[in-house]
Amino acid sequence: MRGWFGRTGFYALVAVIILYSLFPFYWVFKSSVESSFALNRPTTGLLPSQWTFVHYQAIFAVENFLRPLLNSMFVAGVTTIVSVILGAMAAYGLARMPIKGKAAILGFVLLVSFFPQIGMVGPLYLVFRNLRWLNTYQSLIIPYLILALPITTWILTAFFGQIPIEIEEAAMVDGASIRQTILKVFAPIALPGIFTAAILGFLLSWNDFLFALSFIQSPNMDTVPLALVNFRNAYYVHYGQIYAGVVVASLPIALIVLFLQQRIESGLTAGSVKG
Amino acid sequence: MAARLATKAPEPVPQRRGGTSYLARRKRVGYLLVFPAIIALALVAVYPLLYNLVLSSRFDVATEPGTQHFVGLQNYHSLLTDPTFWGDLLHTGIFVVISVTLEFVAGMILALVVNRKFRARGLVRASILIPWAIPTAVSALLWKMFFDIRSGFVDFALHALHLPGAQTVWFNSPVLAWVPIILSDMWKNTPFIALLLLAGLQTLPQEIYESATIDGASSWQSFWSLTLPLLRPAILVALIFRTLSAMLVFDTIFVMTGGGPGQSTEVVAYYNWYKFMVSLNFGYGAAVAVVITIMALALAAVYVRILRQREGFVT
Repeated sequence: MRGWFGRTGFYALVAVIILYSLFPFYWVFKSSVESSFALNRPTTGLLPSQWTFVHYQAIFAVENFLRPLLNSMFVAGVTTIVSVILGAMAAYGLARMPIKGKAAILGFVLLVSFFPQIGMVGPLYLVFRNLRWLNTYQSLIIPYLILALPITTWILTAFFGQIPIEIEEAAMVDGASIRQTILKVFAPIALPGIFTAAILGFLLSWNDFLFALSFIQSPNMDTVPLALVNFRNAYYVHYGQIYAGVVVASLPIALIVLFLQQRIESGLTAGSVKG
Repeated sequence: MAARLATKAPEPVPQRRGGTSYLARRKRVGYLLVFPAIIALALVAVYPLLYNLVLSSRFDVATEPGTQHFVGLQNYHSLLTDPTFWGDLLHTGIFVVISVTLEFVAGMILALVVNRKFRARGLVRASILIPWAIPTAVSALLWKMFFDIRSGFVDFALHALHLPGAQTVWFNSPVLAWVPIILSDMWKNTPFIALLLLAGLQTLPQEIYESATIDGASSWQSFWSLTLPLLRPAILVALIFRTLSAMLVFDTIFVMTGGGPGQSTEVVAYYNWYKFMVSLNFGYGAAVAVVITIMALALAAVYVRILRQREGFVT
């Protein structure tokens, strides 16, 4: 009897957890197909009162939502590539090369990730203003390195440390140069770790709001979160368009998480709990 | 994610191919590899913080051109006697305590559930992670609309379940405005805590639980006397990372309330941004930034202490 109660209780808890995580997404989808009329009246039910795709048309035809999607992809993509390259180089040096001050270097990387982004906004704003870089892609890519580079460096140092060194030693014994060893022997083995670091770097850059809010000044340079917040203007809140925009912007992210969940989890926990 | 500091340095590669010159070459290549990342971080992260220190010693307001001058510690002095700053500090503190506590409890429940083996466990694990991947600003925007009387589900649910609170205009009340703020923060951040705790749970040896059960311990007892103490390192790491980001909360406040009604939901990060980017009072904004940075670095120091105390902490 107790076992049956326990199991029912457990599955009820699982149901509550799934509801808590996913019901908001259902509501976003449901609202994205409601008419503006229905969205501006008190909610009457859990199902859409009618199906309409006007909001999806509006975000692309009226709001040009494609532009922020491309902006975000470009900025987060370039940031990811730069931080994976710099992070992988640093991680190889830290995990493999006989250099001094490893603890100090890793401590510095750790420290940087504790630096508050809010404190960097002001000075970077002044620097970018003097360089006439406000409202450019580089005004986002450069600060996004603060978000992506420390975590890529950690993850890759942890992953590289787990790859057995014997493989590279064997290559060197066979007379391969350092460059050949890294590119031909090490890189293929390290690829999964690099991929994990890239996903996290991409997500962290994609999710920024503060830097985009501070350095972007015209709608055609908006990133996705900024564009969604700006659908609301001074006169009217475009609920339907916000909901439709969130569906479009979240779908790829949700798919990434569903399919790459284990990679993301291993990346986030690498070095923190397992050591 | 941050524990590299306490890791053991990997063993140096044995010397090959004719002695020291090769080792020296590897060393040189090693420094060359590490150098670009360090320079990048120094330029993008350290330079702005040093810039803040300089700026905070000056009177520099963009709307009063030509009046910039050195004022020493004047900005800090004004800050210490600024009731808005102290109010924001208090709001931030309350937000940190409430949101981190709730997220910790919810995250622990999530982690314990997902740690059990059951059907569709993988799917549940993936679905609890999805909110974490949604941008904070978007989460805030959504929860703001969920609490809207017209397009949201909160009012509808309260009505349907005959609970009190229907027809509430949440964002008009200095106290109730915190409810959607905290719920949005919880929805987005609980998965992160759950993830770190789950990773910790999975390293716990199963044998102790078996012997505890044989000794007649209830699962409640083994949770308090076995799981919690054994999980302490994971718990501390999770709490520190969450405390840090809760302390610096900005996106949620900016999107949901803009610090209102009045200044009742204003937090220190918002004040920093407002002073710098809206009032264009660069000197004063920089002083706020320096104080926030010191708070964050104090937390980093606590983190490093915990890592050092942790026994047997190796890769």
